[in-house]
Amino acid sequence: MASLKSRRINPDKFHKSQLKFYAILIPVSAFMVLPILFIIFHAFKPIDELFAYPPRFFTTRPTLDNFKRLFTATTESNVPVSRYLFNSIVSTLFTVLFTLWVTASAGYVLSKKNFKGKDTLFTINTLALMFVPVAVSIPRFLVIVKLGLIDNFFAHILPLLAMPVGLFLVKQFIDQIPDSLIEAAKIDGASDYYILMKIIIPLIKPALSTVAILAFQTSWNSIESSAMFINDESLKTFAFYMNTLVSTTGNTVAGQGMAAAASLIMFLPNLILFIILQSRVMDTMMYSGLK
Amino acid sequence: MKVKQKFINRNSHWVLLSPYIILFCLFILIPVISAVVLSFTYFNAVQSPKFIGLKNYISLLTQDTVFMQKVLPNTIKYALIVGPGGYILSFIFAWMLAQIPKIPRTIIAILIYLPSMTSGVMMSTIWSIIFSGNQLGYLNSFLIEIGMITEPIQWLQSPEYLMTIVIIVALWSSMGVGFLAMLAGVLNVNEELYDAAYIDGVSNRFQEIIYVTIPSMKPQMLFGAVMAIVNTFTTSGLGVALSGSNPTPQYAAQLIVNHIEDYGFIRYEMGYAAAASVVLLVIVWIASRFSWSLFGEKD
Repeated sequence: MASLKSRRINPDKFHKSQLKFYAILIPVSAFMVLPILFIIFHAFKPIDELFAYPPRFFTTRPTLDNFKRLFTATTESNVPVSRYLFNSIVSTLFTVLFTLWVTASAGYVLSKKNFKGKDTLFTINTLALMFVPVAVSIPRFLVIVKLGLIDNFFAHILPLLAMPVGLFLVKQFIDQIPDSLIEAAKIDGASDYYILMKIIIPLIKPALSTVAILAFQTSWNSIESSAMFINDESLKTFAFYMNTLVSTTGNTVAGQGMAAAASLIMFLPNLILFIILQSRVMDTMMYSGLK
Repeated sequence: MKVKQKFINRNSHWVLLSPYIILFCLFILIPVISAVVLSFTYFNAVQSPKFIGLKNYISLLTQDTVFMQKVLPNTIKYALIVGPGGYILSFIFAWMLAQIPKIPRTIIAILIYLPSMTSGVMMSTIWSIIFSGNQLGYLNSFLIEIGMITEPIQWLQSPEYLMTIVIIVALWSSMGVGFLAMLAGVLNVNEELYDAAYIDGVSNRFQEIIYVTIPSMKPQMLFGAVMAIVNTFTTSGLGVALSGSNPTPQYAAQLIVNHIEDYGFIRYEMGYAAAASVVLLVIVWIASRFSWSLFGEKD
């Protein structure tokens, strides 16, 4: 029985038999993380190190030159980089907040309320899990035109709010909350809005954190809206600016330094958010099963 | 006032659901339906769409040599390697992570998840520097250093390498939400099941995975599969981003997504592009059905 215990899933402490897993997992995680470390070092390299041959992974004299050049650079239409960054922050913030609100209320209804058509709606949403937005970029563009949202800041936000994966995860998570809790509140005369705000939302923080991360990633990294729905340069986002920067200056070495600095600015918020919320994300994933 | 209040409370489920339903219809349902409708029309974004029946599909399948000889085979090759490949790797890594203690597990899981947080732009920035075509490129300088090559190779402009690079980068970024779901799934398998299985004659780790782990986490396996499919097709535009041109050199890494953009936003043949979109949606749907038949609960 002793040998069986040491083979347990989720062991408490290190055991010799785990070495073989480390022998694979450590090289794999190195392969995953090296390109990212590389871009971090690259962002802090002074110009002569960017030119150095043979190229070196580490930087010996880190500087902020690339960031300075990135922020003093302006596009042809004289829009400063800080403006793109501001647009990204505002649109991402609103996307995350609205997604949470829309998803939490729909998730509560689909999980705890009984009404005709509920199962159909959830089935449609489950089918939509396999929705690939890039496949229908043209009709999405036409919808935006019909709604008159071209050159409107909301074109960054509205298309991202209905997130089938988010609704799915939140609904599954709410399923775990006992009905008796809601019944008790109902007897006390609480309305659905009150139950949602005061009982459900505090209990589903892990699922909401997960949705927040997913919404954040989608919105912060999105170039679709800036490339297709917005013509006004001063309303476009940082991800889009970075895209043009890479395609116009990407081949020059100085451009690579700037692109690396911009990549780092793009990546860090994602990373920090995920590290802070990762244990909540794992809690949510326990209920992610699709039946 | 009171009547209104009563109405809002009695129909609270519709009030709460409506924002999601409206947004879902506008940006998911209507686009999918209009893709199907537009695929039967000639539409150049200036004049209103003209119904032409199955003509787009017929020319897509019979006259578009680029589509049949390059785009479709490329898409199938890419999807078969990145989809199941990335999925199986995610499961293997998730399973191995479950065999080690919590703190190293959390650290390694974060490291493996990191690439999936990078956006398309950032991916192309990172990898185009690594695969840069002059001797300053990291891979070129490394290969020259160890004497494998004498002249730098134009990795991202060479038809023979571009597809492989796209596949490597896509696999690199494929350990996303599905990977995390499967990790949670492996960790939550009831441990008594393993003990029971050993009594029933399971004798090694491989049998344990086949007879205990996978059957008891089927729902997570299915969720992971659907996420893998979506991720595979979402990142499939990478070839254009890496090579910097649409079409990619000699259509080497031209996938359906790029073909749609090429016809839709470069040539403005939107009806034709919509037909290609429908083909893509059908491929996604078939792949999902297949995953469902593997892991879904039979009714």
